[in-house]
Amino acid sequence: MNGRTRTIRVETLARVEGEGALTIKLTGDRVTDVKLRIFEPPRFFEAFLKGRHYSEAADIVARICGICPIAYQMSALHAMERALGIRIDPAVRLLRRLFYCGEWIESHALHVYMLHAPDFLGYQDAIQMARDHRAVVEQGLRLKKIGNRVVRLLGGREIHPVSAAVGGFYKTPAKSALRELEEDLQWAIEASLATVKLVAGFEFPDFEQDYEFVALSHPEEYPFNEGRLVSNRGLNIDAAEYEDHFVEQHVKHSNALHSVVRGRGSYLVGPLARFNLNFDRLPALAREAAQAAGLAPPVKNPFRSIVVRAVELVFACVEALRVVREYEPPPKPYTEAAPRSGVGQAITEAPRGILYHRYALDENGLIVTARIVPPTSQNQKRIEEDLREFAAQVAAWPLEEATWKCEQAIRNYDPCISCATHFLRVNVERE
Amino acid sequence: MNSERKKKKPRVAVFKFASCDGCQLSLLDAEDELLAVAGAVEIAYFPEASRAMLKGPYDIALVEGSITTHPDAERIQQVRRQARTLVTIGACATAGGIQALRNWKDVAEFIRVVYPSPQFISTLKLSTPIAEHVPVDFELRGCPINHYQLIELIAATLAGRKPNIPAYSVCLECKRRGNVCVPVAHGTPCLGPVTQAGCGAICPAYDRGCYGCYGPMESPNTASLTSQFRILGQSGQEISRAFRSFNAWAWQFRKASEECERT
Repeated sequence: MNGRTRTIRVETLARVEGEGALTIKLTGDRVTDVKLRIFEPPRFFEAFLKGRHYSEAADIVARICGICPIAYQMSALHAMERALGIRIDPAVRLLRRLFYCGEWIESHALHVYMLHAPDFLGYQDAIQMARDHRAVVEQGLRLKKIGNRVVRLLGGREIHPVSAAVGGFYKTPAKSALRELEEDLQWAIEASLATVKLVAGFEFPDFEQDYEFVALSHPEEYPFNEGRLVSNRGLNIDAAEYEDHFVEQHVKHSNALHSVVRGRGSYLVGPLARFNLNFDRLPALAREAAQAAGLAPPVKNPFRSIVVRAVELVFACVEALRVVREYEPPPKPYTEAAPRSGVGQAITEAPRGILYHRYALDENGLIVTARIVPPTSQNQKRIEEDLREFAAQVAAWPLEEATWKCEQAIRNYDPCISCATHFLRVNVERE
Repeated sequence: MNSERKKKKPRVAVFKFASCDGCQLSLLDAEDELLAVAGAVEIAYFPEASRAMLKGPYDIALVEGSITTHPDAERIQQVRRQARTLVTIGACATAGGIQALRNWKDVAEFIRVVYPSPQFISTLKLSTPIAEHVPVDFELRGCPINHYQLIELIAATLAGRKPNIPAYSVCLECKRRGNVCVPVAHGTPCLGPVTQAGCGAICPAYDRGCYGCYGPMESPNTASLTSQFRILGQSGQEISRAFRSFNAWAWQFRKASEECERT
């Protein structure tokens, strides 16, 4: 290779949500530049939320992302409830966990089977993969469908569901309606255990990094909507303190914003962070599946995120079944709120990692300011750092193989570019 | 050569502009039909699902998202040139989407609100639907679209027939579903009478008013609905906001929102 310079260039990143590109410049085996460019056009949600009523925010912010609308709805609603000073009924809290389980199952099954597995098995996409592995793809689609069924039952439709409201839900389901999910969820638990076994058998590059993992942590539960924000480097804060500890930087090559921990730099959110910081709060079935798959916290190889995502599938299916069995409808679907001026912040765990929202309201309940920090913009700096390290490992490879492997390194994060633009082009350049 | 051509599957491409990805995800959400659809057509370009990106021309181009930047305004021209049939999918592509709320504001100020370094951002003043830029063969409504309507549209286009996608209002679906009429029974403001069907009247089924995510129906009487909203105690500002959501730039909703804003 000597001093020859080459470029890994991906004009349109595939199997990610939204539009991005990658450029990596290599001089010999040295990586001289990494740029993850986002050409997803900016949509200015924080600006046009100004002047809207608090009751409208959840439906508006859902439209930031068609893959994880529930995450946006949950962060928005919890932030509004904090601003308005209202408490939700325990049954509503349980239903919101089920709602989030549905989204995690749908999103994780989509990523594991349709977007990421083709990299490990050497196919351009899941449809081509289905020609040789039809039963695998069908299993993934059925899992995904079950996640969607949970969402549709609670929210009317899979994408941009309509039932979530400040204080609860517009309408809560009857106990019998949830019971109808039992059989599907029992199948889904078995299928997700099979998923862990399947993906644990893939080949993983030898690649470990020293990450700061950031995730919610709750004393009794694997986190969704509640908990303190913690890290393996001593962070332990309430959502209200988020902006004291994290700052977004705007970089020229991207329409997304890079988020860093003040005084430390990049960090990682999502399945690896949640798993490493909350392992003991996973149900026994998920912990055993992880251990059988050779996973023990801390998992520091991002390529193994697909196995962790599969373990989280087990968790989400087990948790969903628990809720379905324990649910008793709340006395009323939502707690009434009276408009008042105030500020509310909330962090919830989207499938891709923590999602921060802050709203300030005036005395009429209209939004004065809004701030949204999606998971992918929090991971973006870390993705670029992974690529910088990883590209050096594959620098001597033929360009096409090196490029594909670098794309796979991005897909480790299940990046959602539509969210991060509030994010991505891969080009590896060898000069 | 001739028999060769007959065997060739129709080529489908999916393009994205400013959007949330939800409408193209609807195709992947058709879990029961996906492998059958993939068997009937050649998915030639669909970056969200595949690394294989084949060059045009395409028999059907599904276009998601609105036009908000100069490069996108040029790209849609290229897409049109490569597409025998161009179909817009969803409220962004058909009406400009929620991001069209910028159309009433100063976009430079919007950039300052969201981005610490505004000089890095290049964007157009307006978020506009695809049909303002190129001829569109069919517009599929919804935020998000309904995947059964999408499959019906693909099947109809391939068969060369008109798709069975009604332009009547949500009220018809609501009656068919057996919902209680939420404005009549509960006094809840509902955009159902002026909104095109297709969602299955889910909002009223979940005890709330329709928020108009399928856009205006074929002949919406927005003036009459506006006065009904006033009777229910809504202010002009509130009614204006109701029309200004995911289809705000559709002219009927735009006009209604501007009239209410002033009163």
